[in-house]
Amino acid sequence: MEEVLLSRIQFASTTLFHFIFVPLSIGLALIIAIMQTLYVVKKQEIYMKMTKFWSVFFLINFAIGVVTGIFQEFQFGMNWSTYSRFVGDIFGAPLAVEALLAFFLESTFIGIWIFGAQKLSKKLHLASIWLVSIGTILSAFWILAANSFMQNPVGYVIQNGRAEMNDIIALLTNEKLWVAFPHTIFGSIATGAFFVVGVSAFYLIKKRQVDFFKKSIGIGLLVGLVGGLGLAFTGHAQAQYLMHAQPMKMAAAEGLWEDSGDPAAWTVIANINTENRVTTGRIEIPYLLSYLSYNEFSGKVLGMESLEKQMIEKYGEGDYIPPVKTTFWSFRIMAGTGGALVAASLLGLFLLFRKKIAATTWYLKVMIPVIFLPFIGNSFGWIMSEIGRQPWVVNGLMKTADGVSPNVSAGQILFSLISFSTIYAILGIIMVILFVKVIQRGPEERKQKDVSVTDPFNVGGVSNGSK
Amino acid sequence: MALSELWFVLIAVLFIGFIFLEGFDFGVGMSLKFLAKNETDKKMLIHTIGPVWDANEVWLITAGGAMFAAFPHWYATVFSGYYLPFVVLLMALIARGVAFEFREKIESDKWVKTWDWAIFAGSILPPFLLGVLFSSILKGMPVDADMNIYAGFTDFVNVYTVVGGVAFVLLSYLHGLLFVTLKTEGSLRERAKEAALTIYWATGFVMIAFVALTAVYTEAFADRGPILIPLFAVVFVLYAFLHRLIAKGREAFSFTITGITLIAVMASFFIGLFPNVMISSLDSAYNMTIRAAASGDYSLKLMTFVALTMVPIVIAYTIWSYYVFRKRITEDVEHLEH
Ligand code: HDD
Ligand code: HEM
Ligand code: HEM
Repeated sequence: MEEVLLSRIQFASTTLFHFIFVPLSIGLALIIAIMQTLYVVKKQEIYMKMTKFWSVFFLINFAIGVVTGIFQEFQFGMNWSTYSRFVGDIFGAPLAVEALLAFFLESTFIGIWIFGAQKLSKKLHLASIWLVSIGTILSAFWILAANSFMQNPVGYVIQNGRAEMNDIIALLTNEKLWVAFPHTIFGSIATGAFFVVGVSAFYLIKKRQVDFFKKSIGIGLLVGLVGGLGLAFTGHAQAQYLMHAQPMKMAAAEGLWEDSGDPAAWTVIANINTENRVTTGRIEIPYLLSYLSYNEFSGKVLGMESLEKQMIEKYGEGDYIPPVKTTFWSFRIMAGTGGALVAASLLGLFLLFRKKIAATTWYLKVMIPVIFLPFIGNSFGWIMSEIGRQPWVVNGLMKTADGVSPNVSAGQILFSLISFSTIYAILGIIMVILFVKVIQRGPEERKQKDVSVTDPFNVGGVSNGSK
Repeated sequence: MALSELWFVLIAVLFIGFIFLEGFDFGVGMSLKFLAKNETDKKMLIHTIGPVWDANEVWLITAGGAMFAAFPHWYATVFSGYYLPFVVLLMALIARGVAFEFREKIESDKWVKTWDWAIFAGSILPPFLLGVLFSSILKGMPVDADMNIYAGFTDFVNVYTVVGGVAFVLLSYLHGLLFVTLKTEGSLRERAKEAALTIYWATGFVMIAFVALTAVYTEAFADRGPILIPLFAVVFVLYAFLHRLIAKGREAFSFTITGITLIAVMASFFIGLFPNVMISSLDSAYNMTIRAAASGDYSLKLMTFVALTMVPIVIAYTIWSYYVFRKRITEDVEHLEH
């Protein structure tokens, strides 16, 4: 069935693409709100300048986040109509609530924030960026509530040939939701923070606007540390959740074919052979897997072979093992970025504290590529989470292959896949070009003719814009 | 009224809100090519909708989400059945959405021109495609026993649907021009008025054709004549006065009338469809009724609760946002800021 394969490629690529912009929007919205709050409270112009400067990136990014989101909303129906019929009763509700509660909030107040600087009092203007930030976080909550149902279905009955909601409280207290939501938000916070850190580092190397960027990098590092530590703790909670709720995913993430010993060791790297179902050359940290899974230094972990037997008994013949290598390596890449981020922010804060940061060029140089680490962590987190769930689209209830639209042909999907890939690639390239331009220009006061209609704090340049 | 019927009404309200609000965004987007003479004009035009277009688009997103939640079968049938039109629609909306943000970020005429085209295409294609979508649904699509649509080209594109698409485009354009007269000052306002007077006749003609074809090609008037005939009678009477009102400079009044017209056209679609959500051109036994498409009672009750608490709040801050930006846009920034 190439329709299934193409639909999956399209879903995965468009969603991963959406999730490049999402965390940066969530993270930067929060950081900008903090900066503007500092301005309103401390009344120092520099914080206003910071708010202005960082918001240029934020707005470019936000625009792409919005437009790539529109397709997300509709592609369940377009490509996964059988799935939509089956889960709409319970899965559609959080999506609709997300739109009502979050999208209206963020889209309305971002307009007010961009265009309202001169029309509102300082406090109201500040309140609008906070409402945008709250909107982005609410939106994450509701979409993750939907996604958590797919990972760990709760609060439903099977009725009329589909899953129908019978308990909203269960849906909203879904264990998966309460590990995934904070983890994702911390991931977003880290994304925004290390973006600020990396861009600031660039200017500090060039010795441009040193005071301005020392302050910025300080805020970035502090927020980044919160994000990094938060990620590690909530990531640990994710693993514990997986252990009892989706043990197959965890076993795949560890490359464990047979049951582990007791206590179980955590594998750092290994050589996985999916054909013969063996994993060799493990480099291990003793006790750690037991600890990750149970918060104790003992306890064994079931391997894929035993889990497969259980699942065949429960669901009948079939292939229940997800792509092991992908799950295994995605987990490691993600967790690796987590460790690196914590180390980077600790070191940076140490340097800042010792007032050496502006002079430590090697550190600043390293922090520029570190901008990309959170993006990598986010993407591989999702890849682990979603690939590790296979073959299920709704865990235990519906297989991915059964969810596609029967009336959409491979040709049509290929057409849309090519169209979206092309336009998304263009958007990605433009975003990079614009970011580079903004960075080159810097936060120095801009000439009036550079001011565009969509810049906050400058309502227009309307009369000066014509050439 | 059963909950499922209430949700049918709520979804109608969402689409109506969408077409009323985003209608003028689309119109303003089209006027970027038809009305603007220079960069200042363009900036003023974009400025009129800048603070609100994104929120206006969320009406569509919410309508889609609400269809998913309240009528999973409807959502699944429509979005998979209209796969390619939706791909085009989404591409257009994507291009338009980023264009507002991108167009002034690089100082090059070519760059700006490219994004102006994106705004234009992204403003004219969506109303056309939505017009085609709604009229073809009302006319009937080949919905089979499994609720899936396997449609051919002529199911999408025929006289009726094309006229429907053109009607949506022209109405949006007129609506947008009147919005420009309301929101700007100076020569742009004058020219928008002139342009509105010019397309008044064409739009009226297409509207009449559209309503007549609806009577011919669909069962809407046969089934719901007692509602639809008075509705359109009122609309046409109002529309008859519109030309004079525009000429006299009664801007708010004129804008209200195009708004009512758009609302009526959208509402007539849902009225004509009731009590079905899909009409099958293969066999009326395959018509999808509101009840058959709906979610369970639990879900609908919950959603009703959320909608009844949230929608008034959303409407309240939306109105506030229009109030914040109530001033006219002038060519002179200084005026704007004080
Ligand atoms: C963890 C957070 C998160 C996740 C997993 C997703 N999104 Fe998203 N989405 C956001 C967080 C977000 C956001 C932060 O709220 C965005 C990004 C930038 C923005 O403007 O809002 C957004 C924008 C956005 C928009 C545009 C809203 C507007 O016009 O203002 C839509 C329709 C969606 N998303 C829908 C989806 C769907 C259906 C998803 C599932 C496949 C999805 N998003 C995944
Ligand atoms: C934004 C972050 C997300 C990313 C990066 C992501 C990534 C992925 C990937 C890589 C797959 C492909 C798995 C495979 O086919 O092997 C997938 C599948 C899927 N995901 Fe997600 N996902 C995200 C969020 C969500 C959310 C929030 C939902 C639901 C609300 C969702 C619903 C689905 C569905 C329906 C599939 C099935 C299609 C498929 O298996 O390809 N995803 N996702
Ligand atoms: C510090 C060590 C980390 C651990 C132990 C950890 C653990 C986990 C686990 C076990 C999952 C899978 C949950 C599931 O599939 O059900 C997950 C998902 C995810 N991780 Fe991490 N993670 C860590 C760091 C990071 C970092 C640094 C980022 C990004 C900056 C990140 C972003 C994500 C995302 C976006 C997901 C997918 C969303 C979800 O399912 O919650 N993680 N993480």
